[in-house]
Amino acid sequence: MDFGSHLIQQLINGISLGSVYALIALGYTMVYGIIKLINFAHGDIYMVGAYVGFFAITVAHMGIFPALIVSMVVTGLLGMVVERLAYKPLRHAPRISVLITAIGVSFFLEYGSMYFVSPTPRTFPRVFETEGLTIAGFTVNGQQLLIFAITLVLMVLLTYIVQYTKIGKAMRAVSFDTETAQLMGIDANRVISVTFGIGSALAAAGGVLVGVYYNSIDPLMGIMPGLKAFVAAVLGGIGIIPGAMAGGLILGIIEALVSGFISSTFRDAAAFAILILVLLFKPSGLFGKNTQEKV
Amino acid sequence: MNIQRKNDLMYLVLGLVIFGIVYGLMEGGMIGSFWKLNIIIICINIIMSASLNLINGYTGQFSLGHAGFMAVGCYVSVILTTNFHMPLIVGMLAGGAAAALLGCLIGLPTLRLNGDYLAIATLGLGEIIRIVIMNINYVGGAAGFTGIPHLTTFPWVFFTMLVTLFFIKNFVNSTHGRACIAIRENEIAAGAMGINTTKYKVMAFTIGAAFAGIAGALFAHCFYIINPSSFTFMASFNYLIMVVLGGLGSLTGSVAGAFVVTALSAALASWPEFRMIIYALALILLMFYRPQGLFGYVELTAFKPFRFLDRTKGGRE
Repeated sequence: MDFGSHLIQQLINGISLGSVYALIALGYTMVYGIIKLINFAHGDIYMVGAYVGFFAITVAHMGIFPALIVSMVVTGLLGMVVERLAYKPLRHAPRISVLITAIGVSFFLEYGSMYFVSPTPRTFPRVFETEGLTIAGFTVNGQQLLIFAITLVLMVLLTYIVQYTKIGKAMRAVSFDTETAQLMGIDANRVISVTFGIGSALAAAGGVLVGVYYNSIDPLMGIMPGLKAFVAAVLGGIGIIPGAMAGGLILGIIEALVSGFISSTFRDAAAFAILILVLLFKPSGLFGKNTQEKV
Repeated sequence: MNIQRKNDLMYLVLGLVIFGIVYGLMEGGMIGSFWKLNIIIICINIIMSASLNLINGYTGQFSLGHAGFMAVGCYVSVILTTNFHMPLIVGMLAGGAAAALLGCLIGLPTLRLNGDYLAIATLGLGEIIRIVIMNINYVGGAAGFTGIPHLTTFPWVFFTMLVTLFFIKNFVNSTHGRACIAIRENEIAAGAMGINTTKYKVMAFTIGAAFAGIAGALFAHCFYIINPSSFTFMASFNYLIMVVLGGLGSLTGSVAGAFVVTALSAALASWPEFRMIIYALALILLMFYRPQGLFGYVELTAFKPFRFLDRTKGGRE
């Protein structure tokens, strides 16, 4: 394979990986936009989503689409429960306390699920067997098509919810200024809860798609994608929804190029290097505006 | 001899008494080899948590990459002791110096960030350090470095720990330490009062990294093999838990936190699946009911039976 076609193949791989990062990054960015919390447990919510999808397919014998919906609903509820139990009591606590609680929740989800579903990786059933497309000599396999399609649908849906519904308007208002939004009669707690629900449901979709794509899931699978999705969110400008989508795709493509052309062992380092460069040179992210620090 | 030095002397005596008791028990065969190793690990973890406390607790800069500096100290020292047959002390000093240099280089740009961003950036840097080590074939890559001489003994670890605690205690009580605490309380106000905030943040970060490097050197020589996977960000989280459990800004707390966490995980070694669940729940409940940690900002000398150790004050701070 010559350089050009290798490049395009890596780009296709990068976009499918990046779509999953984007789905997870959306949850990070929405939660951060509203309560300024880096939800370290978000990567583990994605892992739970993958397991719910796995059990929906293997135990309840569902097809891929019902399993995806079940996983999104169950995981969305889990996200809301986590918020209610772990983060809501700390709404007015120092940021560091909430951050540490998030680390605690992350450990709890990882090792709790390790206890319930055993630490050995599971083989995700091959539920989506379609022929890939071959366009001008480049193959896009069935799983990649599925990832593109579902990510696109979910992003359109999310944009609709955030831009055109009442709850979306409330979310934007709370993220802009929580106190003023409350004065206007918006129930901030409900909005935060819904935000966690939507973010977790998107992460769950990412989890199921990764299960379909890589055929293997394990209880610690959420750690790295969780961190990278955070990098994606920062890259796009944290708190900005289109930023998370773009950041996820860019990160996915860069990772694919690094593992395709340099070495796959430096893949993770590349993501963190991007993070540090972004933080140093444009901390507000690609889509962000610079804000002045006020005393 | 001024009062401060008299205090140090009292602590030194207390340290020697503890050393005498534990060493006596070890030599007398009252402590099995499993707990012998764990006591050494406890001392190393105390160095780690005390040095992390200097960054996170006293200076208020949330670092999540402490294991990365430990890894640097670890690898630099094993190269010197194993490949060049240097004594342990050279390895420790070189490891500490290398980690300090790296801490300074990393600290200068990243400490401009604050809060969550700094946490994520340091986490990323810690991971980059680990991934780079994993890709260096000279030190064994992902398989690990083998054939390390078993040089770490209890007296070495214990006295290094004492030196660390003295250094950090006296640093915090010095002008520089006060500047660091001022930065923690309010960085903008500290800057307005004429404190060079960047200088002191980098200073605290460098000192913290240096001791992490020394701890890494000691850690490496406890085992015959070391592996980059011992220095993931999970390890950094573990040290963070020790510091937070003990109390951000309390040296006594760091000692207690390192002791409790290490002893607990050793005691729960037979039930590894529960260990982390208990950890997680403990962390969440701690943040709910005692977010300042076991000791908060308070040191041992605030408690009545130990007040004699501190002659500088009449009683409680």
